[in-house]
Amino acid sequence: MKQQSKSNRWLTAALLTPTGLWFAFMLVLPLIVILVFSFGERAAVGGYAGGFTLEHYANLGARLKAFSNTLTYAPIGTFLSLLVAYPLAYYLAIKVNRRYKLMLLVLVIVPFWTSLLIRTYAWIYLLGGKGIPSILDWIGIEDVRLINTPGAVLMGIVYGYLPLMVFPIYVSLDKLNKSYLEASSDLGASPYKTFMQVTLPLSMPGVATGCMLVFILLMGEFLIPAFLGGGKVFFIGNALVDLFLQSRNWPFGSAISITLVVIMLITVSLYMRMTLRNSKTGVDESLM
Amino acid sequence: MRIYAIAVYLFLYVPIGIIVLFSFNAGSHASELRGLSVQWYAKALSNPFVGDAFVTSLVIALTVAVLSSVMGTAAALALQRLKGKMRILFDGLIFVSVMIPGIVIGIATLVALVTVFDFLNPILASIWPEGAEPPKLHMGYASVIAAHTLFTMSLVIIMVRARIAGMDRALIEASMDLYATPWRTFYQVTLPQIYPAILAGFLLSFTFSFDDFIISFFVAGPNTTLPIYIFSSIRRGITPEVNAIGTMVLVGSLILLMGAQYLMRERRQQRTTG
Repeated sequence: MKQQSKSNRWLTAALLTPTGLWFAFMLVLPLIVILVFSFGERAAVGGYAGGFTLEHYANLGARLKAFSNTLTYAPIGTFLSLLVAYPLAYYLAIKVNRRYKLMLLVLVIVPFWTSLLIRTYAWIYLLGGKGIPSILDWIGIEDVRLINTPGAVLMGIVYGYLPLMVFPIYVSLDKLNKSYLEASSDLGASPYKTFMQVTLPLSMPGVATGCMLVFILLMGEFLIPAFLGGGKVFFIGNALVDLFLQSRNWPFGSAISITLVVIMLITVSLYMRMTLRNSKTGVDESLM
Repeated sequence: MRIYAIAVYLFLYVPIGIIVLFSFNAGSHASELRGLSVQWYAKALSNPFVGDAFVTSLVIALTVAVLSSVMGTAAALALQRLKGKMRILFDGLIFVSVMIPGIVIGIATLVALVTVFDFLNPILASIWPEGAEPPKLHMGYASVIAAHTLFTMSLVIIMVRARIAGMDRALIEASMDLYATPWRTFYQVTLPQIYPAILAGFLLSFTFSFDDFIISFFVAGPNTTLPIYIFSSIRRGITPEVNAIGTMVLVGSLILLMGAQYLMRERRQQRTTG
């Protein structure tokens, strides 16, 4: 490696300055401000007044339902998306004819590039009184309520984030050396055993990436519960919108935001540490 | 297996199909189909609010995409030569900016900017010359662009960096050994190799910004972006007009995607033949 000259170092600094300023003013500063606000008092007209109090953190229990909902629906939604996505990714990577592969893959990804707002809105139609319930009514199953239920929210989650789950799993399955699968079956392993002992472990990096992406997005989800949960199933995101824009309780909202960020930092770094360790052993095995 | 795949594709596309179908509804009731017509498209297109919201979203998304791809690429190039504490700091900031939920970005930006503006506006007013109207800082285009760019810039850095990692370093060293200036090395050796990642980052930034609802919802101030308009129309009740707008947005994204695919293929062919 060549020694870096002085002008080179200046160039590096110049290239990084805009990004550094952006991080400072749009990430670090705002986070510090909400951290300060979260210890402040609520002004009489809403908004913020100076002070130091821990009452907002002590009061987090008032929004316990939002936290417990988010922390149950996010993992369950992630897992359901994985269950739906894996077979499709497997089919696309291993079973499907080469000629249609790219087209079929693009068809999965395209919805993700279109507005989640509009795609979620479509389910208001489908699950609402004149949608699927009216069809069920027609075949004799009466009085089914679908919208504004936990099931509707989970359906919206799977629908919204399926593409994001399929893609990384597809990539890791597609890279998988097909001769391993042949070797496994040549050695007399049943398809089930081949899948459990060869395919699944080797696709774990993709599964881990997909799950993390979906989980992160779900933790801050607002739209899906707002449209399909109808106030009955609400996430932290819905509580935050309410606190900031309706009741204007900024300090309490700041305390909730800070708590959400801390929960995410902890879960995501634990998760990354876990999967990194696993994937390292995975790499070692594949090198042998 | 194939049946399962077909079922998943139906699951993905039937809801979109329903939106498109109902956008051609001749009746005025949102959920009863009464013949086909394009009246709702005419209505949506002649609605000045829709036009304004569309232009707002377009201007914001284009600015975000340009800023993110330029700054993100510059940062990615610089970061690969950076080591030590600064490198760890930047990696940490990139990680946090990608991981943090959009809603928290929206809230934190709103709170921080309102605080800063409340502090600066009286100062500006006091130092401004008598008689002239002092400028008043407020939320608007700039705050949305700044908040979106935080996230999309980090995306571009990650994508371009992955591309740089897969690049042949020997070419760059060869170019430097042959006394090419850093600029020339960048323009003639590095750029052509990382170009696809930058283009993908540009598109991703554009779509993210154009489709984003939650960040804009907090920081747009008096401005209305298209997703904000759609959201509030849905809140008022679903109408065929919303379906027409939704369909146009979907078709627009599709055209953009296909255009990008076409551009990339074109370039790839140029490189293999040229």
